[in-house]
Amino acid sequence: MYKLTIEDHAYSCQPDETVLDALLREEVNISYACKKGTCHSCMVRSPDTFPPEAAQAGLKNTLKKQHYFLACLCHPERDMLIKLPDQSEFYTEGTVVANEMLNRNTLLLTVAFKDAFEFNAGQFVNLQRPDGLTRSYSIANTPKESNTVEFHIRRLTNGRFSEWLHDELKVGDTLAVSEPRGHCFYLPERRDQGILLVGTGTGLAPLAGILTDALAQGHTGPIYLFHGSREVEDLYRIDEMRQLSKEHENFHYIPCISGSHVPEGFSGGRVNEVALASFTDLKGWRVFLCGHPEMVNHMKKMTFLKGAASADIYADAFLSTPT
Amino acid sequence: MSKSLYERIGGEPAVNAAVDIFYRKVLNDDRISRFFDNVDMEKQAAKQKAFLTMAFGGPHHYTGEDMRKGHAHLVKMGLDDSHFDAVVEDLGATLEELNVPQELITEVVDICETTRNDVLGR
Repeated sequence: MYKLTIEDHAYSCQPDETVLDALLREEVNISYACKKGTCHSCMVRSPDTFPPEAAQAGLKNTLKKQHYFLACLCHPERDMLIKLPDQSEFYTEGTVVANEMLNRNTLLLTVAFKDAFEFNAGQFVNLQRPDGLTRSYSIANTPKESNTVEFHIRRLTNGRFSEWLHDELKVGDTLAVSEPRGHCFYLPERRDQGILLVGTGTGLAPLAGILTDALAQGHTGPIYLFHGSREVEDLYRIDEMRQLSKEHENFHYIPCISGSHVPEGFSGGRVNEVALASFTDLKGWRVFLCGHPEMVNHMKKMTFLKGAASADIYADAFLSTPT
Repeated sequence: MSKSLYERIGGEPAVNAAVDIFYRKVLNDDRISRFFDNVDMEKQAAKQKAFLTMAFGGPHHYTGEDMRKGHAHLVKMGLDDSHFDAVVEDLGATLEELNVPQELITEVVDICETTRNDVLGR
């Protein structure tokens, strides 16, 4: 059993616990999302010890050198001093400038910043409530001159954070937004490459950002967006996407409905199955996946088996965390 | 002094060239694909890379004990010699596809063989 020290509090880490497990059990307010080392939401720093190698897997060398590590992957090998990200340092105050419903359960939240807010479309940020409660959300737009950032917020049953965003946060209120993170975004290279975007629900948010970015940067290869839900009422931005596909010859939009009622103009079936049935070979394609974890995992494997290189498969790491 | 197998086979670039081809073969191999049904692709790709580095005689930190622990849950699922052989066969086919000379493939197979008993928990 090792001792974890944060400022002047000491916590014990049980032998089978990760640092994240121990801190959550002790009710320390630490941001996290995927709990499996992918999203980097729970990255912390140990000023006095070198963290175990496994806890630094996938981090940039510059971060490793500064003893940053992922709390969710860290089984301590000795007592550790731990520094949580200094939240006042990493967060920027934005102002809510618009909130409107995209469909029956999804809110489009637009936040404006005084100064330029730099990010790549498809990245995510942590949003923080004044009491410190923190959740990760993908950015749904591309960088704008107006310094606005958009989020798609699905109301989760008993989701403390999403209910607060839906019911209490008003236009004019301020919201703390972290620096952007994540590696799921468009790079303007190999512009003739095929791009496959597959998402469920609000998984559309980062995909829409990536799509807008790719089109704006003059991507010439075919771009296919498959957006799925059980019922048509849970899809959104349908007309906008259809319009976009009329304006861009290389962009194809396929909304999918997995429920029994499939209106005309929609494909019937699960989004991953519809997408996979549309391609015999994905060799050379770039793939972006976001949404339901099972769908994402299944598609990571299937697109790889259909020929996409593992380095060309980008997936959003989010899981909705129980509150 | 003669060059190590890892140098002769082409080092890390060779690992990178082989990893996708090899992993795709493994996932498509009906004899063994069930062992990979519930794995995370990204973590698994990192493991495959580590495995290939080891099989190519490169730097690695695996001990026999790690091999035992890492495969114990698969042994419980029925992992046996036939599955081990299938993986080695897929690796051989990968290297042939990449035009690696037969004598180097033999050396790689020999390295794999040294792990057989640990992997199968014997």
